Amino acid sequence: MEFRVKARLADEQGLNRTITRLAHEIIERCKGTENIGLIGVRTRGDYLAKRIARKIEEIEGVKLPVGILDIVMYRDDFRMKHKLPRVEVTDIPFNVDGKILILVDDVIYTGRTTRAALDALMDFGRPAAIQLAVLIDRGHREMPIKPDYVGKNVPTSIGEEVRVLMKEVDGKDEILLVEETR
Amino acid sequence: MNLSIKHLLGLEGVPREDIEAILKTAFSFREVLERPIKRVPTLQGKTIVNLFFENSTRTRISFELAEKRLSADTVNFSATGSSLAKGESLKDTVRNLFAMKIDAVVMRHAVPGSVKLLAQFVEAVVINAGDGTHEHPTQALLDMMSLQEKFGRLEGLNVAIIGDIRHSRVALSNIYGLRTMGANIVVCGPPTFIPYGIEELGVKVTYSLSEALSFADAINVLRIQKERQGKGLIPSLREYRNVFGITRQRLDAAKKSITILHPGPINRGVEIDTDVADSEHSIILHQVLNGVAVRMAILYLLLGGR
Repeated sequence: MEFRVKARLADEQGLNRTITRLAHEIIERCKGTENIGLIGVRTRGDYLAKRIARKIEEIEGVKLPVGILDIVMYRDDFRMKHKLPRVEVTDIPFNVDGKILILVDDVIYTGRTTRAALDALMDFGRPAAIQLAVLIDRGHREMPIKPDYVGKNVPTSIGEEVRVLMKEVDGKDEILLVEETR
Repeated sequence: MNLSIKHLLGLEGVPREDIEAILKTAFSFREVLERPIKRVPTLQGKTIVNLFFENSTRTRISFELAEKRLSADTVNFSATGSSLAKGESLKDTVRNLFAMKIDAVVMRHAVPGSVKLLAQFVEAVVINAGDGTHEHPTQALLDMMSLQEKFGRLEGLNVAIIGDIRHSRVALSNIYGLRTMGANIVVCGPPTFIPYGIEELGVKVTYSLSEALSFADAINVLRIQKERQGKGLIPSLREYRNVFGITRQRLDAAKKSITILHPGPINRGVEIDTDVADSEHSIILHQVLNGVAVRMAILYLLLGGR
């Protein structure tokens, strides 16, 4: 499949500003940082969660625990995929019982990833609450799921795709709207 | 991420990319075993039959746990108490089982090659849990995973396999797998335990335990299979221990730390002494944990996406 870049939704500075706002919104809504844990969904959600944690540390001087969640084991589309997805390590280095967990993902689309992530988190204990933070909401939900914190709402068509590039994996920070050209 | 193999019949001819994918996936699945709720829904709706025609504790429980941790439905079958005792052939028994819509079968059988035969007449995924003196691929994979964990690599690692090489499916699978991954192997035991022509598999042979120990970063100590003895291959268990038993004294004489693996069950005081088996250099209990993870990885990679 070939892709064509339709629009540049954010550059490095833009991405940084959005992360800063998300960090502020989280501490505002949670009235501080007490009892919060961040969970990033692989891949990119984990880097995003780490960046939000760093930003919160800059603002509040508190280091929040960050976990990484791989949801491949919980996916509902095994039978439909031709290529088997790679299972990566989940690493949640803190006890989730009674914590307010902020689930962090780069793009929310159908909501199926979030559904899988919620199922996965339940296997780690009983958090007090789970909230969802995403960088981009591109619409087309197939599950009754609504994020609590949204970086940008980007209405898209089904043939389009939102690509979040992050320095940690892609060498640069950028958000692109691309279209399948075939 | 898909493997090139469709069944796991042995490690002979299994490409390096497949082994690497299995080991990498296994490390991801091992984390599941540390969770409060040790179960993921990955293989929900899949049915797996464990066909054990030979005794097994570790391997059978390990497979069953791996299947249950992945939410597959499992059926256990042991030869005693089945229609096989009434004279039904293996082929008929298995065909009847498969008429009940089964996705995978894990089989242990005393006849070398039986698992390969099975794969030819069933539609499901077939996994070898030990076929006679031929191969025991999941044991070798968990050994490799444990070595990889300990040393961070397999390439260039010096591994000595000590004991009854001739009757050991663990040894053969380890040789195939470790050679593919670039490890160096020495096999060591009394000449009656070393099969003719084993060098052709790319291993060196020594009859001297001290030579094997001075070569090795890690040793895989095989069980003396009492059920396969009585053929006059060794004078006595005591004699074997005196010459080839892994003792504290012999390890100290090697003047370096050597990692110890054993596929179990251990004959304490025969092939290995108790204090050595339980020492800090032994990774025997890691092997057991890794065994569940490796089997989860294989089930996922062979059954996922089908």
